[in-house]
Amino acid sequence: MFRVFYCVLARDITLAMRRRTDVLTTLFFFVIVVSLFPLGVGSEREQLRLLGPGVVWVAALLASMLALERLFAADYDDGTLEQLLLTGQPLAVLVLGKVVAHWLLTGLPLVLIAPLVAMQYHLSPPAIWVMMAALAIGTPVLSLIGAIGAALTLGLRGGGILLSLLILPLYVPVLVYGAGAVSVSAIDIADTEPYLSLLSAFLLGASLLAPLAAAAALRISLE
Amino acid sequence: MNWFKLASPAAFYPFAGRLIPRFGLAALVLVLIGFDWGFFLTSDQLGGSNPQKEYYRIIFVHVPAAWMSMWLYLVLAAWSAIGLVFNTRLSFMMAKAVAPTGAIFTFLALWTGALWGRPSWGTYWDWDPRLTSELLLFFLYIGYIALHSAIDDTRRADRAAALLAIVGLVMVPVIFLSINCPDPTQCASLHQRSDPGSIHLSILIPMLSMTLGFWAYSFAAVFARLRTIILTREADSAWAREVIAQEART
Repeated sequence: MFRVFYCVLARDITLAMRRRTDVLTTLFFFVIVVSLFPLGVGSEREQLRLLGPGVVWVAALLASMLALERLFAADYDDGTLEQLLLTGQPLAVLVLGKVVAHWLLTGLPLVLIAPLVAMQYHLSPPAIWVMMAALAIGTPVLSLIGAIGAALTLGLRGGGILLSLLILPLYVPVLVYGAGAVSVSAIDIADTEPYLSLLSAFLLGASLLAPLAAAAALRISLE
Repeated sequence: MNWFKLASPAAFYPFAGRLIPRFGLAALVLVLIGFDWGFFLTSDQLGGSNPQKEYYRIIFVHVPAAWMSMWLYLVLAAWSAIGLVFNTRLSFMMAKAVAPTGAIFTFLALWTGALWGRPSWGTYWDWDPRLTSELLLFFLYIGYIALHSAIDDTRRADRAAALLAIVGLVMVPVIFLSINCPDPTQCASLHQRSDPGSIHLSILIPMLSMTLGFWAYSFAAVFARLRTIILTREADSAWAREVIAQEART
């Protein structure tokens, strides 16, 4: 079972590395959205420090959601997905492999670039560490929940808009605690622990349930 | 009476047709009782010298609508789950018929809440936990309807939307708790905690009457919608053609 998981993971990453621009597009989308906010709301330091956590998280939400469309789309178009369904291996594990690959390609770069965009908002160094930790725990949850939506909207016209309608309400808990952790870290760094624990709880719950739901959704979509 | 027989659309169609006027009448009577009692009979001096402001009377629409919006989502998810497990056609049709009514009640709760919030809190909208979760519930209804209408193949649409409804049901408590208590160390809310025992009877009775009236209305509206869905989907079967021909004659 681990070999199947590893196969799917390696395949998806190899494919993405052959077309690196796709990965970079998501990353630059994130950076651009975050950079636009100070131009829109004004560049006073105190205000930016308050807005920063929320803006970075909303941008991460949007970036991860836009990248979701590509999660199954290419495999669906060339028929690979149908072959995966017929392999006789547990579909949930295959889905988990694809989601992990997707997170490594779209979520992890966001975590790594976070210190850079955080500096645009004058966040303090401890707050930047908390933001990286929160993004590292939170973005996999986004990919996992998003996989359900991506599987449900497979091959539909206007899939992207529909996907955001279905998935964004479900992202709310991650947004609340992810941005909350960064906000309280400005007051007292020790206060962030319950936030990060809750985010980790979401991650555990999502990695257990979301692959099953996404696998069921794929079966429905490809019937 | 064999209840399983009603799982067939052909058997349920005339059954629903007989029930619609009854539920419609019940809804009318109960809502009128609720309105009359709540707006004219309930005094504005309830227990003590502190007079209630007249605008509180919107509670007789607001609270029942909010209750129905949540209840109908449970009904929607339950019929979706039954459909996915037992693969029965009628349960999917039922789920699809419930969704618009649920969305309407959610919208009504938000709307009346905004009208009530303006005089009492001084604002139409506040990011209070219950307001926010009601708004997200509205988005869930809209997502269900949008996904269903985006898929042309009926079978796939039914099953995909059903799965979405169940995923939403799992998420609802998580969303509610996360908004209800964004700071794990302290929780605050504009809505006061209340339990039915602490509500004055002359408010509680009209409120319950309105709730039952809204419930009866939901039955009537859902059955009416269900009948059109059944006819559209069974348009090729012999009994449906007969019904349509009969309707055309009268």
